[in-house]
Amino acid sequence: MWVKFMAISAGNNKPKFWSIRNIFYQSYRLKNRPELVIGLVALCFLSFVVLVPLLQIIKDALTFQSYDLAYEPDGVVGEFTLFHLDRVFNQPISAALFYKPLLNSLKMGFAVTVIALSVGFCLAWLMVRTNVYFKGIFGGMLVIPYMMPSWVMAIAWLSLFKNDRIGGSEGLLTYLTGVQAPDWVAYGFFPIVITLALHYYAYAYLLISGALATVDSELEEAGATSGMGKWKRIRVITMPLLMPAIGSAIVLTFIRILGTFGTPALLGLPVRFFTFSTQIYASINARNQGDAFVLALVLIVLAISFIWINSRIIGVRKSYVTMTGKGFRKSESDLGKMRWPVTVLLILFLCITVAMPLILLLWESLTLIPGDYSLSNLTTYFWKGQGDVSLAYGEPGIIHNKGILGALLNSIKLGFAAAIFNGILGLLVGYAVVRGRGDRLSKWLESIAFAPYIFPSIALGAIYIGMFSTSIGPIPALYGTFTILILITVIKNLPFTSRTGIAAILQIHQSLEEAARVQGIGWFRRMLRIIIPLSMSGLVAGMLLTFITAMRELSLIILLISPGNMVLTGLIFSYQEQDMAQHSSAVTLALVLIIITISVIVRVMSRSAGVGRLNVT
Amino acid sequence: MGQILLNGIVKSYGKEVVVKNLDLKVETGEFLTILGPSGCGKTTTLRMVAGLEEPDQGMIKLDDKVVFSRNDGVVVPPEARHLGLIFQSYALWPHMTVAKNITLALKEQKISKSEIADRLKNALEMVQLTGYAERYPSELSGGQQQRVAVARLIALRPKILLMDEPLSNLDAKLRTEMRASLKRLHRDLTATTVYVTHDQIEALTLSDRVIIMNEGRIMQEGSPYDIYHHPANIFVAEFIGDPGINLFEGKIDNGKIKCSDIEIPLPENFAKNKGRLIVGVRPEKIEVSETKKNGWQEVVTGIIQPTGANTIIEVKAGETPITLLQNGFITLPENSKLWINFEHDTLSFFDPETQENLRNNVG
Repeated sequence: MWVKFMAISAGNNKPKFWSIRNIFYQSYRLKNRPELVIGLVALCFLSFVVLVPLLQIIKDALTFQSYDLAYEPDGVVGEFTLFHLDRVFNQPISAALFYKPLLNSLKMGFAVTVIALSVGFCLAWLMVRTNVYFKGIFGGMLVIPYMMPSWVMAIAWLSLFKNDRIGGSEGLLTYLTGVQAPDWVAYGFFPIVITLALHYYAYAYLLISGALATVDSELEEAGATSGMGKWKRIRVITMPLLMPAIGSAIVLTFIRILGTFGTPALLGLPVRFFTFSTQIYASINARNQGDAFVLALVLIVLAISFIWINSRIIGVRKSYVTMTGKGFRKSESDLGKMRWPVTVLLILFLCITVAMPLILLLWESLTLIPGDYSLSNLTTYFWKGQGDVSLAYGEPGIIHNKGILGALLNSIKLGFAAAIFNGILGLLVGYAVVRGRGDRLSKWLESIAFAPYIFPSIALGAIYIGMFSTSIGPIPALYGTFTILILITVIKNLPFTSRTGIAAILQIHQSLEEAARVQGIGWFRRMLRIIIPLSMSGLVAGMLLTFITAMRELSLIILLISPGNMVLTGLIFSYQEQDMAQHSSAVTLALVLIIITISVIVRVMSRSAGVGRLNVT
Repeated sequence: MGQILLNGIVKSYGKEVVVKNLDLKVETGEFLTILGPSGCGKTTTLRMVAGLEEPDQGMIKLDDKVVFSRNDGVVVPPEARHLGLIFQSYALWPHMTVAKNITLALKEQKISKSEIADRLKNALEMVQLTGYAERYPSELSGGQQQRVAVARLIALRPKILLMDEPLSNLDAKLRTEMRASLKRLHRDLTATTVYVTHDQIEALTLSDRVIIMNEGRIMQEGSPYDIYHHPANIFVAEFIGDPGINLFEGKIDNGKIKCSDIEIPLPENFAKNKGRLIVGVRPEKIEVSETKKNGWQEVVTGIIQPTGANTIIEVKAGETPITLLQNGFITLPENSKLWINFEHDTLSFFDPETQENLRNNVG
């Protein structure tokens, strides 16, 4: 039968697509092209963990859920309904549920972006274009706020300005002067904007200084020789060249702020100042998941439209951002008499943004009775106390506290697991994308690996609640497990690690692998002996950064943690919610120290590996 | 052992067809060179033999074993083809020592340790790199790296050797040396060799047989002698030879061909033809005299380029430029007068329409 079949179609030049021989042939081909197999598997996996959850919450948002029956007893679970949309957009409750948080989020986003960008721009200009003193040290110090969790500043702010509004102890200001900070200083819009701006300026600074360093001063000097004044040169030549970098800094900062949870929760919730992210959290806690899903979808739509607007405005211009490469030279303008004053200003700035929060945290963690900042009140109880029922609900100090140590262990486990899986996934995605260049599969894979970038953290968390709160086929319900934390962290970091992977594989010339292939070395051995050793340095730096990001993450996982899978950041948040300031300060300080130590290692390693500015991309 | 057969191979990238219905047979132990300008499909052809590219159509056999057939649905991956390939970039693994580079594939094949050590020693001896086993590729010169790539190949003892422009990254002097050692390698290993290059000197000096490719097609195949002396068409005539062949287009008239400034008498079998004709003559085949001779063409010298053993002389007959190549180191002032002569049996004749050679000269 088989022979007969062969004989009949032997005359045909091209076998039909569905003929058995063609299927055999195609499977042979697939075996011959490992990058296609990997690409297909990765694409399926990523679709399952990125696209399916998104579709799932769209579906959930448009159908009746069991928890809706309290409001709509006539509803049939699973049936199509506009109930959630109606509730969010078109009911009396919508103002509190949607419009106010939207307005707050947008106001907060704009204000933080404007301040963070202006500060970041000035700093970038000073560091790249002037002869300010101590550049080396400043360069390292300026990015420290970025390494810390974004809400560290908020906790420090509370130590400083907490007033008697919500009960409990008062802050350092009240202790020193006896004056109560007014509500608008202690809580709500103003402190949220200030503390977030003092975190995100570092992000803008990194992006803009990177771009500024590539603008050739000769372009400006050419302007000078044609008679332009200094300000005109900046306006006409330098700024347009920087626009793409500034544009993406604006959009990326804005999206991150929309999705950030910690700071608005710490400083906003006490005065019922809701943003999108805290409202999503509140809705989930109130078991109104449908509302949360609609809000998360709106957040994603907002993020996508900002990216789109940015690419429309800036995209066309990007083409004439020329990095000359040859004859490249950058000149530093002399600050003259202002050189020392500017340097002192910078030092002051660093004291406020870096040193002060850490000192406040330390001090807070050393006070026995909260609110009393006198020397006689200092204690190491919250670091090494055994647990005294009269203090802080009997919670022992850090080094004896099983809950804290367990959460620390979980954080480190989460960091490790995320780093390892991200490293492997990034490498495989990079391999499939680079080796498959030109195929459609490669393009799809690259886009889908980038997709988590546009999901604001809190929205991705909401998506995962929708997806994994029940079992799907063979996969058990992941909600409340440690696995889901690893999964979401890996996915959120994927845009970054897959880029690292792509860059690493691009550096390895194809012929190095082909030489091994021709010599009879199979795919797995090639990866082990050639690809992995050669891409190691970039991968390790990328993995360490993933480790740090995972350790400090709160917005992404706040909706998914429970006592069963508690990590340090979640624990800090719950201490703060219970007004246990010393514990939260001590744990935060410990976390920050761990992160900074690892960051320093990463910096040293990535410098020696020649992968500078990895944390920007 | 070591025969290669390609049958009806077609390969395209997107809409661009880079290899058009190629048939090719390489005999056991033969040294075949595929020569052509960049983008002619020669490297793609080599990579299809190695299995690194997949043809759209056709069949490839190595040693009578089908390794690719679109119709029968056979694709043998490069890992299982057991051939040796030298890359233009050498493709040495930068994180491994010379010894590891050479022995990695042997270890993967589970060859005994003593055998591996023997092969390593032997391979290093053959390329004269004994004592370099523990160096890293970055600590070697370009020529030494090239020899490590060769040693890696020797150690595997393949029956088929493929070389993709292996000398193009070397400087001129090293290239001449390595050329000789590659020829020696082929002789010692008695392996069937396919060598891809755009350098005609490599093709002429190394090969038993040369294939000239252009735009995905074979233009001519034959011995280096035939390719040089009997170019099948104008493309081959112009591509081979440095300085390039002189081509004159003219009208057949009264047993002669009349170009704008010169007249060349035709051999008898062409004298009766009519219409237009292109005459080709290699620079070194033109006779030159410093004194006037009867019936010889008078020319005026332009730029003179002595290269040591030879001298390239550019002359003009009226407005027609002609290149001459003479033995020895010649210096002549510009605008000197010379007289040149074309011998019948040194001329090639091409059809201006088809570009084909009308009569291969008998050289």
